[in-house]
Parts: sequence; structure tokens; C-alpha cells
Amino acid sequence: MIRLEERMAAALARLIEDPTAPPARHIAVGAASPIPAAACWLVKKRGKPVRLSLLHKHSGNPLTAGTRELFDLTGQGRIDLFFLGGGQIDGQANINLIGTGAWPGLDARFPGSFGSAFMYFMTPRTILFREEHSARVFVPKVDIISAPGVSPPGVFRRGTAQALVTGKCVFRFDPARARFTLESVHPGETAESIRAATGFDYDQPAEVPTTPDPTDAELALLRGPVCDEMRETYPDFCRRVWGSGKEQAA
Amino acid sequence: MSPLTLDALVALIPDGSLVAIPPDNSLTPNALARAMVRAGKRDLRLVGVPISGFASEILIGAGCVSSIQTSAVTLGEAGMAPRFSAMLRAGKISVTDATCPAIHTMLQAAEKGVPFMPLRGILGSDILAHRPDWKVIDNPFADGGDPILLLPALSPDFALFHAVMADREGNVYVGRRHELGTIAHASRAALVTVETITDINLLEDERYSAGTISAAYVEAVAVAERGCWPSALLDQYPADPAHIAEYAKLARTEDGFRTWLDRYVYGTAAAQAAE
Repeated sequence: MIRLEERMAAALARLIEDPTAPPARHIAVGAASPIPAAACWLVKKRGKPVRLSLLHKHSGNPLTAGTRELFDLTGQGRIDLFFLGGGQIDGQANINLIGTGAWPGLDARFPGSFGSAFMYFMTPRTILFREEHSARVFVPKVDIISAPGVSPPGVFRRGTAQALVTGKCVFRFDPARARFTLESVHPGETAESIRAATGFDYDQPAEVPTTPDPTDAELALLRGPVCDEMRETYPDFCRRVWGSGKEQAA
Repeated sequence: MSPLTLDALVALIPDGSLVAIPPDNSLTPNALARAMVRAGKRDLRLVGVPISGFASEILIGAGCVSSIQTSAVTLGEAGMAPRFSAMLRAGKISVTDATCPAIHTMLQAAEKGVPFMPLRGILGSDILAHRPDWKVIDNPFADGGDPILLLPALSPDFALFHAVMADREGNVYVGRRHELGTIAHASRAALVTVETITDINLLEDERYSAGTISAAYVEAVAVAERGCWPSALLDQYPADPAHIAEYAKLARTEDGFRTWLDRYVYGTAAAQAAE
């Protein structure tokens, strides 16, 4: 059986390797992002020459000045790709990590913006990611903008969202029109079910393809070497998705 | 520099101080925060560098805090920080939202002794709309039409963190966590808890000097064994996610938080659990 997390990781890996997107030589992954981390490890374990900086890994973390160094690296343009989520995401790819209701999120407070208001501008591309696909998350207009999806001409910006991967589908983002297009639906979903679960408007082709299943080779990598790399940082995630593992009892 | 007792170090922090605290994965001073709760500190103004975790959450829950400037408050895999959320909703603390590199940059300006520093990005974020102290100018080195954000220097009264060790001079070893240097440099003084006092001079030993913050920035040191618990300390000990999960569950309610305080801050269970 293919787990949803595996399907999403494989979809993210395909987007990372998209030959039409700017190259991803150095990818950073923030806190609490196990599925993007799995996608990055999948890309690396199939032999792509990519440098990964996983912020919350205790061993193998290449940074010697923590997040201060990460943001300096990104300011220089040395980080090619980052992942961002959102408590709310709208149809113009604005993200809200602060909360709902009046400033500063008095109805439901989210943790806060982290580095999003900088990273979204300063990497050549961002892949948006949110497993919960509901009208509560994908709203017509976010209550609070942590980081804007597009910027007016003249504002220094290296990139925008490339895509949005959810638990139900993949959307592509067109920054020129500030609008998403439905690219594929995960098995079990339809164009209609996505429309019903999405609060913002978007475009869709006449025929909506199904998100391809992960290949056997991808599943073998995810369940073996990728899981091994991730268990230190995301023990709960790995146990939930891949079980306790063979030699991982300690 | 002779090490102080933990309580004597805490006594150096006046009510109302502006204190900078690193997050859970970066030498967070959790034993110090518990001691500050026991000492009944009030009206502290916290700065999360660049985000806030367990130490800030318990100080907020215990009523020690009037305001917090941070880029996020989170307990990591244990989710939202429940007392932060409750106190914010009740209007008992104010939050000034930032974004991580802005916090670092404001400290980097203070470290250089300059009044402000520019930072890319952020234009169009509602964070900026709520920061009258942040200003956008036109880049004076471009030919016009290049708006850029200026951030004011931020100089906390105290940098609070837990290091691996201190030497007899008061130099403190933070290993690969050089971002602590920026916090210490930018603050008026660093107050540091450590696992141990070493007899070597950390700045004279090339194996340690690059990971050491000079005593020039350190006002006082106190030994607090397992001082990061329940967070991790570099390669010294891992985090204790079971305790953080227990906290997150209890702290959903004010009563539960009081139970946790009695058990782990005022009681003896804190010392036992840390061992």
C-alpha cells in the first residue's frame, strides 16, 4: 500500500527535479517539514548532486552559525529552493503563519511567520506544502499576510511559489497572473472534489490528470535509506509512516 | 571570574529587563528560566532569537513576561505553545511579530554599533505594516526604484543562554552555535549557565577557541547541570520529547500548568527528571 506521505514526497521530488524550473543545487528545509525533507532525501539518494541543509538535524548539519548563517546564505542567493506552509494560503499564494481574525491572530493564533517573509523573496523558487486540504486552509484571501505571493515591479524578488502540494492534489502557480492551476489530483480525488475542498478560485484543464504513483524504486528508497536519514530528526513521523524499522530499536 | 549560584545569577536580572533567548535547538536556558520563575520575575520583555520555545513559554505562563518580540513561538513536534496562546488571547502579554532574519539583522546592527541595517524581502508583509519602527527607503546606491527595508539596531539588556562549559576567566564554549556570539555581542551583558567549569583556558586552546565566546561579553556564569533539559545540548545530551509532550498536554489549562510548575519548577521532580 502506498502511504499518502509517500505519494506527496514523490510528487515534491518530481517538482524539485523539474527541468523547466531554476536549478536546485542547495536546498534548505525548515523545522517541522518531514515530507519535504523526505522528498529532498529521495532526490539525493537517487544520485542527484544536491546539497541539503536540514535546519533541525543534529548531526550532518552544515551550518556553524545556525539560522543566522542560513539567512545570510539565502540573502546572497546561495539557497536555491525552500519549502513553506501556511495556516492559511490563498489563491494569490499569500501565506499566513500568524493567525486568523484581527492582528496578531486573536481568533486562532498560529506560531508566527518564522523566516517566511524573507525566504519567499530570496530563493529562486519555493514549493508550498500543506497536507490538510480544506476550505479552512485554502481561503479566498488570507486574514494576515506573513509573506506575499507576488510583489509589484521594482521590489527585489528572486522567485515565487513554483507549486502547491496538498494531501489531495498538486497546483502549479503562475506569478504573472498570480493564480494557481490544478495540475493533478491524487488517486481517489476528482476535479469536483478538489473544487469543493478549496476556498480559493483557480484554473483547471479540461482533463485533469492523476498524480502518478511513486515508482517501486522510489518506494524502496523512501522506506530504506530515506527513512534511515530521517529517523533522528523525525522519529514520530518515521514510526507513523514506516513503522519502527529493523535495526532502529535504540 | 568566579561562578555564581544560579539564584545569584538570576538576581542580576531586574524586573522589566529586555532579555534575548535562543530557541530550543540552540543552547536554550531552560534551567535558568525555571529559576527565574521561582524568583518571581515580572514584566520581562523577551526577544526570541529568532524564534521562541520552551523557556519563553514557561516564563509567559508563570506571569513573568509583559511582552515578546519573536518570529514564532512553538514547542516543535509538540505543537503550539499553549500558555503563550492563552496569555495572548487574554490580553496579558503583547506580541511584536518579526521574521527570523530581521531579528538576526537587528542584533547584527547592534553588534557593529551602527544604528540600523538593511534587509531584503519583507515588503508587502503585514509584519511590516505593524512595525512603525521599521522603515523603507529607496536604495541610495541604485538609480532609484529599489525600495529596501531598514531595521533599527536591537540591544537587549541581557543575553541568556546555556553553554557547555566556562573556564576560570569566564569564557564560555558554545561549539558550532556561533549565532550565540551575535546575541552576546549585541546585548549589554550575557548571563550564562554551563554544565561545568573547566580548568583549561578556552581561548588559549585552538581546539576550543573558535567555539568560544570571550568573557568580555559575559557578566556572570553559574553552573546548572543539564541546564538545557528538556531541550538538547549539542552532542552532550538529546532532547526529552516525552517531557515536552507531557508539558504540552498539562499546559492546555491554567490548572494543568500550575500542576506542571509544582511538579517540575517548585518541586524536587525537576532535579530528578533532569538526571
